[in-house]
Amino acid sequence: MRLTPRFLLSAAAPLAALPGRAVAEGMPQLHFKDPLLQGQVVWGAIIFIVFYLLLSRSALPKVADVIKAREVRVRNDLDVARRARKDADQAQKELCEAREKAMEEARATIQGIRDTAKEKIRVQAEETAARLEAEIKKAEAQIALSRSNALGSINEIASSTATVLTERLVGTADQQAIAAAVEHAHAARS
Amino acid sequence: MASGSTIDALGQFELHPIFGSFGEALCLSQAPLYMVISVAVVLAFLYLGMKPKAVVPGRLQAAAEVSYEFVHGLAVDTIGEKGTAFFPFVFALFFFILAGNYIGLLPFSYTFTSHIAVTFALAITVFILCILTSLRFQGIAFLKHFMPEGAPVALCPILIPIEILSYISRPISLSIRLFANMVAGHVLLEVFASFTIMLAGLGVVGDVLAVTPLVLNIALTALELLVGLLQAYVFAILTCIYLREAVDH
Repeated sequence: MRLTPRFLLSAAAPLAALPGRAVAEGMPQLHFKDPLLQGQVVWGAIIFIVFYLLLSRSALPKVADVIKAREVRVRNDLDVARRARKDADQAQKELCEAREKAMEEARATIQGIRDTAKEKIRVQAEETAARLEAEIKKAEAQIALSRSNALGSINEIASSTATVLTERLVGTADQQAIAAAVEHAHAARS
Repeated sequence: MASGSTIDALGQFELHPIFGSFGEALCLSQAPLYMVISVAVVLAFLYLGMKPKAVVPGRLQAAAEVSYEFVHGLAVDTIGEKGTAFFPFVFALFFFILAGNYIGLLPFSYTFTSHIAVTFALAITVFILCILTSLRFQGIAFLKHFMPEGAPVALCPILIPIEILSYISRPISLSIRLFANMVAGHVLLEVFASFTIMLAGLGVVGDVLAVTPLVLNIALTALELLVGLLQAYVFAILTCIYLREAVDH
């Protein structure tokens, strides 16, 4: 619905013309000679000026101060937060780098230990092998010695055994004949 | 009020003296009283709202700040950088009219913006301010704007009077727009309210029929809430537009 002045006047005119007790004569707004109407303009001007002065000097600057203080605070807080984030990023970066470095060092250390251990094991194995070789050789020599010793005393043992047996059987024993027979038998066997 | 079978839709705009003979001597009517009430309400809204000065505002503070920023945006966006200087004036205009329109909607109250004398006084204030601002920022050169640039010289005798007429008609259109809207709305409210009372006097059938104007009045009140805000906004934005022309052409 559009409330135009023309509509207003067409609606108001017959209403104003209606007979009645308290019906206003025409539009009271147009009674410009009414001292109350003139008075409201003067009073209105005074009130509006006072309103304007209070707003411009006191009320609006108060609102502006609060809004500005908030803006400043938010900006500062944002700056602090931004700085903190930057610091945190830097710290994280440093931490990552340190970890990376530590890992690298650890890897190198492990590799070193491993190499040392390998080397040690190799040396030990070589030493053990050499020692075993030597022991084997020593043992073989001993065996050979024992063998030759054993083989050397066979004749003697056989002769004494044969002497004892012969003495039991015949009462006497010819040491030289027995020794020759044992020598002969030993030579036939080997 | 309805008296018998007649409707006095214009009686509500009559001015009555207040405060007895003292008020009469000072030409005090209910209009200045409601102006004071409107101004007090707006100032109380701002002062009480901004009292906590909270970083995270409460409801009232948020409302006060929104009002401030709304009018500030209106003034600065329309007028430009120099708008800051005019912002308190635009704020005062907008809220003086808005509070007047809205307080006038309360039952038994009075709408001072329904008087052409008041709206014209406001409009002429804007008009004079615009002329003074033009002279301050552009000097006498502002008169050149009455001759549109690039127009043929031969058309001067027609164009210049038209431009001057359109310039002079600004305060008239500004004041009549607000006045007429307010008067029309209140006349309609009064007429429909009177219908309700008159129909209610007709017995049972009338009681039923009386509901229709009542419902219409509720809808009209909603419309008036919109119109009240819109007219205050229109007055303020037109003031800003005129001021922009004055400061920077």
